[in-house]
Amino acid sequence: MNWEWVASNSHQITAALLQHVQLVGLSLLFGFLIAFPLALMAVRWPRLYGPSLAVTGVMFTIPSLALFILLMPFTGLSMATSLIGLTLYTLLILFRNIVQGLRGVSPSVREAARALGYTPARRLFAVELPIALPVIVAGIRIAAVTIIGMVTVTALIGQGGLGQLFITGFTLSFATPLIIGFVLSVALAVAVDLALVGILYCLTPWQRGVR
Amino acid sequence: MNNDVMTLMTLMTGVIDFFSQPMNWQGPGSIPDHILEHVTYVLISTLIGAAIALPIGIGLGHSGRGGLLAINISNIGRAIPAFGVIILVFLLAGYGVIPVIVALVALAIPPMVTNSFVGMREVDPAVRQAAMALGMTGWQRLWQVELPIAMPLIMAGVRTSAVQVMSTATLAAYVGLGGLGRYLIDGLAVRDLSQVLVGAILVAVLAVMTELLFAGLQKLITAKGLQ
Repeated sequence: MNWEWVASNSHQITAALLQHVQLVGLSLLFGFLIAFPLALMAVRWPRLYGPSLAVTGVMFTIPSLALFILLMPFTGLSMATSLIGLTLYTLLILFRNIVQGLRGVSPSVREAARALGYTPARRLFAVELPIALPVIVAGIRIAAVTIIGMVTVTALIGQGGLGQLFITGFTLSFATPLIIGFVLSVALAVAVDLALVGILYCLTPWQRGVR
Repeated sequence: MNNDVMTLMTLMTGVIDFFSQPMNWQGPGSIPDHILEHVTYVLISTLIGAAIALPIGIGLGHSGRGGLLAINISNIGRAIPAFGVIILVFLLAGYGVIPVIVALVALAIPPMVTNSFVGMREVDPAVRQAAMALGMTGWQRLWQVELPIAMPLIMAGVRTSAVQVMSTATLAAYVGLGGLGRYLIDGLAVRDLSQVLVGAILVAVLAVMTELLFAGLQKLITAKGLQ
């Protein structure tokens, strides 16, 4: 470790970290905005589930590097290229967990809400979603941590957050930037994961005390 | 819009050209050559990963201890950027296949540990007790009762790992090795996107084939009574 390098390049490191956070946050947001309505439809019409899972599944198997490069002719060396690729990767995990969460709501609870005169929309937001929340958040956690590791690859097309430090380390044959990028990336993943657990804990007060 | 359609057309023509040239199909550096390299990386890493991960997950699940550990290994493992590991081991160990295998093994282990642990834990306690009541030893219970029941989940873990490794092995090309990533890295370097698309198509096909292969394998080794 060369701490002098770290001190004199703190600017670059901070910028890379911020870009990393921004890419992860935005791709999760977009991923959720697409996966959520898709999941609602798949719960409502079960026939949609298989095909949706297959399509999002194939996107997940395309190597991230290939996907990023292939988007380039259309979106160039821009943030959009990274964002589209990363968003596509979140879809499978988010979609699967939202569907699983909503399907886990027991039919008697649904019936009870209906009997109380809840409209479908109110039933969804006041009853089904809160019950499904733990499974949905579990999906967001997996997606977030996966994406945090994957963003580093987009450095190869010049939009990679902390991955930029990996490339610097590679081209200079110098381990310090690499280790800094590595540690920050893992620390970010752990921090985001813990934050999501904390948010879930605050949002589900009824779960406390149950064992 | 029109421009994008044009780009797409040129891309597709380039891909068809690439696939239809006989010289791309034989000799060193040809498509079968890169596929073979790629599959070799994946096979070695997945096997080493399984040899490490499965005993840990199955052991922890059988004894019922270390659940928190088994689940957390998976969470932390997911956070490790494979791209960083490849370059880091490359700087430490130098050029060769080792950096890539180390990174891919690290990537393969977490899903297998977690899935085999969960699979073993989800064996119905009544079944476990019945086996105990029959006077089975710990080993007998493990081999004859718990493992067959847990097998579908264990295999699901191996499958997840294999598919992930398959798509990440493309990064091997970044540190100068072969495999299908060559098309991606070389294509990027000379801005030949048709070549990139060739690599992407081949890897995606391999990944889907891996899925199908494991689905078949899983069916084959799941005990008749459990299907």
